[in-house]
Amino acid sequence: MIKLSFPFTEEKIRALKVGDEVLISGTVFTGRDAVHKYLHEGGTLPDGVSFKDGIIYHCGPVMMKQDDGSYKCTAAGPTTSIREEPYQWQVIRDFGLRGVIGKGGMGPKTQAACKEYGCVYLHGIGGAAQVLAECIKKVNNVYFLEKFGSPEAIWELAVVDFPAVVTIDSHGRSLHEEVFAQSQAALAARI
Amino acid sequence: MSQLQDSLVELIRRTSAEIPDDVHKVILASLENEKQGSLAANALKIVDQNIALAKNKSQPICQDTGSILFYVDVPVGYDQITFAETAREAVKLATRKGYLRQNSVDSLTGKNDGTNCGPGAPAFHFHQHRSAEVSVKLVLKGGGCENVGAQYSLPDDALHANRDLDGCRKAILDAVLQAQGKGCGPGVLGICIGGDRATGYELSKTQLLRKLDDRNPEPKLDALEQDILKTANELGIGPMGFGGKTTLLGVKICVANRVPASYFVSISYMCWAYRRQGVTLDLASNIEKWLY
Repeated sequence: MIKLSFPFTEEKIRALKVGDEVLISGTVFTGRDAVHKYLHEGGTLPDGVSFKDGIIYHCGPVMMKQDDGSYKCTAAGPTTSIREEPYQWQVIRDFGLRGVIGKGGMGPKTQAACKEYGCVYLHGIGGAAQVLAECIKKVNNVYFLEKFGSPEAIWELAVVDFPAVVTIDSHGRSLHEEVFAQSQAALAARI
Repeated sequence: MSQLQDSLVELIRRTSAEIPDDVHKVILASLENEKQGSLAANALKIVDQNIALAKNKSQPICQDTGSILFYVDVPVGYDQITFAETAREAVKLATRKGYLRQNSVDSLTGKNDGTNCGPGAPAFHFHQHRSAEVSVKLVLKGGGCENVGAQYSLPDDALHANRDLDGCRKAILDAVLQAQGKGCGPGVLGICIGGDRATGYELSKTQLLRKLDDRNPEPKLDALEQDILKTANELGIGPMGFGGKTTLLGVKICVANRVPASYFVSISYMCWAYRRQGVTLDLASNIEKWLY
């Protein structure tokens, strides 16, 4: 297990390789379909949100509002990342992202952006909403709650030892590409 | 609050927070089978921890609490309208309690009113039967696995899939290949061969109501189920698509008649977070028995 803490500098990110298991600590922002489309269409991030040397988490959490107005996260696994494939490369390029947490992997555009700009794809365990919610120690803030609704809002989360696997690194490798090729060959031999 | 609403909220809570035993058993067997220390085994360990944590905390196994699908068997003369109205209120209450995420979006305006109710949501499948029993089965099906569902129209030239069981096999295994880990594998396939496009998909989902350890009474379908399961697990896709021995946990197949011009193979993929539960209700709408 490799400990990966904020700020997520290019040096730390470039040191990671496909297959590395990491524990992430620090601030991460959620952002999924609505946020990526909005940024792709020229939208700007709200004050207080910066992706510079940061990590975005493809996640629509379950959030419960507490009596004091704060939020508690009660379920927070990753959502399928491939839907952001048309937009992710641009968000990496324009906003300085160093890491993308999600599930299911991403395609060649994101893979190329990871290599060019120094970013990695971090695969969370899909469906493990309780284990991952336990790693979220505090919900610092929420942005675009009204605009996009709770699952699609940008939630600012303080995480400790959030487990993930590097499946696309900054050196051009993708575990998803490799597993697809191997499984395709295995299937061809069985039909 | 009516007794029926009370019972349905409890059904929703348990469906969202607890994996049925038949599914948990297969997940544990898969964990044993994977190489210790591999990415696959480590992923399944987190899955198992998650199952325990969700149950203990009475919180959703997965944050995507999915499409809410009710399958309700009722006696002749049962008031289905009142049932549906009560179930919608139960869904709203379960959402406020955090058993369900605010998970239903107006497809025209993009608005999420936070109730999980709207046109087509939740979905009800009522069936009358000649028995006094009322049984309510609930499936919560997340979007990640729903998105990797697929429907093939045979013949499919690219797959060399003809209109026979071997053609069905090629189509189904192609769906497994294309899904990779994107549907939160290891998953379970519900499949319908035949039907029209709508009934094919609908019947494929009803296969997900079967227990994983049951066997298909039709020998040809049973053989196909076992063959797909074995072959898929030889492809090396593994949990989350990380590589490994466990790509599927189960395969369930039914057939429906088709018109001569059509030959559909409809495949619904269910993630490992297989949220399916059911109850029978007594005359006062108390929960009488849990079905899974």
